[in-house]
Amino acid sequence: MDEKNKQLLTQLLSGELPDEHGRFGEFGGQYAPETLMPALKNLDKKVKTLLNDSAFQQDLSEELNQWAGRPTGLTYAKKLTELWGVKVYLKREDLTHTGAHKINNALGQALIAKQLNAKRVVAETGAGQHGVASAAACARVGIPCVVYMGAVDIERQAPNVDRMRQLGAEVVPVTAGDQTLRAAVDEAFRDWVSNPDDTYYILGSVVGPHPYPYMVRELQSIIGKEAKDQIIKATNGLPDAVFACVGGGSNAIGIFHAFLGDESVELIGIEAGGRSQKLGDNAATLASGKPGILHGTYSMLLHDEDGLVQETHSVSAGLDYPGVGPEHAFLQSIGRVTYTSAEDDEALEEVRACCSMEGILPALESAHAFVGAKKWAEGNQGKTIIIGLSGRGDKDMPTLSKVLKI
Amino acid sequence: MFGSELITNSVENTKQSGPAIVPFITAGYPDKDSFLDLITALAKTADVIEIGVPFSDPMADGVTIQRSSHAAIESGVTLKWILEELKTLNTKTPIVLMSYLNPLYVYGYDQLVEASLEAGIDGFIIPDLPIEEGEEIREVFNKAKLAMIQLVTPATPENRINTIAKHSTGFLYAVTVKGVTGGNEGLSKEVVGYLETVKASSNIPVCAGFGVRSKADVELLEPYVDGIIIGSALVEAIEQKITATDFLNTLRA
Repeated sequence: MDEKNKQLLTQLLSGELPDEHGRFGEFGGQYAPETLMPALKNLDKKVKTLLNDSAFQQDLSEELNQWAGRPTGLTYAKKLTELWGVKVYLKREDLTHTGAHKINNALGQALIAKQLNAKRVVAETGAGQHGVASAAACARVGIPCVVYMGAVDIERQAPNVDRMRQLGAEVVPVTAGDQTLRAAVDEAFRDWVSNPDDTYYILGSVVGPHPYPYMVRELQSIIGKEAKDQIIKATNGLPDAVFACVGGGSNAIGIFHAFLGDESVELIGIEAGGRSQKLGDNAATLASGKPGILHGTYSMLLHDEDGLVQETHSVSAGLDYPGVGPEHAFLQSIGRVTYTSAEDDEALEEVRACCSMEGILPALESAHAFVGAKKWAEGNQGKTIIIGLSGRGDKDMPTLSKVLKI
Repeated sequence: MFGSELITNSVENTKQSGPAIVPFITAGYPDKDSFLDLITALAKTADVIEIGVPFSDPMADGVTIQRSSHAAIESGVTLKWILEELKTLNTKTPIVLMSYLNPLYVYGYDQLVEASLEAGIDGFIIPDLPIEEGEEIREVFNKAKLAMIQLVTPATPENRINTIAKHSTGFLYAVTVKGVTGGNEGLSKEVVGYLETVKASSNIPVCAGFGVRSKADVELLEPYVDGIIIGSALVEAIEQKITATDFLNTLRA
């Protein structure tokens, strides 16, 4: 990193970024329909107050501990360590209530919605994990919840649809657009535009207009804080590298953030390489996208020469998104985080390895991080790494049965 | 006369008595071949014509414009194609492009201005560009005298309406509902107080749109605004093979 980029990183770590316009360097901002601007400004103010309010933080912390099952463990993966030749630790977000890191954000935002006196909550979901987390958090906090979910995702994540309904949420199938996560986000925004006064939108990742990328990162950064304490206790030092999968990028930003200031720690995000590197065959936004504006933010984006957003493909619904959080685009631009990709087949192979060797069924999304870690290990024998195991794979059984013929 | 000046003038000096009529169509829908003929026909009665650039993620639009946008993209309608087609059009009625920001950003703002002037475009409406993010593009448009039509909505506080009105050129777009385009719940009487505030804040004409479907809607809005924008209802009429000008005539008092 050169001096200019070091300075930008310092600004990020000191809280100067995102700036008052919601910018991480050139990325971010607030490209929202006018109807939402008052609501976004109000949310921005409220978020800054609440996140610095000790009573709110105490409530959140208690709920995270008692209800959501935090802190989550850091598991030493013995057999993977032997196989790969690096010391592998897994940060176990799969052990949280509802089974993925998504609950950290959903619970935090549900509590914020309560503070804003919201009468109803809307949320989008891809893999269904954010939908389930939102449904559960809303039930806990006591606000009705509507979840928008692409019709394609409803089919491939059927178990989660039933869970959401059981938890009292209304699940609305989205048949517009590509019928996956991106179309669900479009539809959740439309709902919010139609109900800006009494509705709160629990956006599930570090995307969207400011203050979402900032707020969601703050709510997810507990993953990295815990992991850092745990790895220091376990190994007496920092890890050499941390790996996380990146769709919108919330679990990755969550685990990376505590390590951003530690120069010796390599941070590597792994995107969905899908079927191939061809546009439309993957969701590797940072690896092959170009800057653009989608869902309220200026970030890297998979779009064509006419500015039309491209359909994406990934075997994992949670990574199947053409955009990425603006803070990731920023961290890539200053060279602090490296982003690579893993293809469908490689991820599926790591699902199998993690199951049979460690007795853990990881989410298909999380398996992408394993692929990146395994490749990195080849040239870094003897080092210590953490893999963000962002969620459990129970929800993927329909896909796994079909593809792996389990 | 062209650009923002022409738009303002056309809204103030309407072709027929009553409010200015601003029809919206999605470019190249229902088919690419009839695009210019449709505009030529609309130009006979319309005071300003709003042309939608189809976008893959129209998050401020309801089902009708989503459908027309999707179909137009499928048939290959792009910003480039629209700019090319419009070059051959000869009309004195001002043309406004409604586009989400990303296609314009990718085209490049300077190149966009150049192509717009060649194509006879007079201004832009960008539904996902609030005033806070619009400084750069406003500056480029202003220099070329192209209009940057800003939107206010019933959710916009009064002091913000004032600020937005100051930044708008051509006319000020008063969205009549909290919602996406094409609503069919009918307009509420409460819209009147809001429109009075908007009108009082603006030094340029005010045109109201979103959810205008009937003669009754036009009659409700007419006393408070200078023009009326008709989008989804017109697109639906075209889908039902109703002649665009016939449909617009049914809305006039």
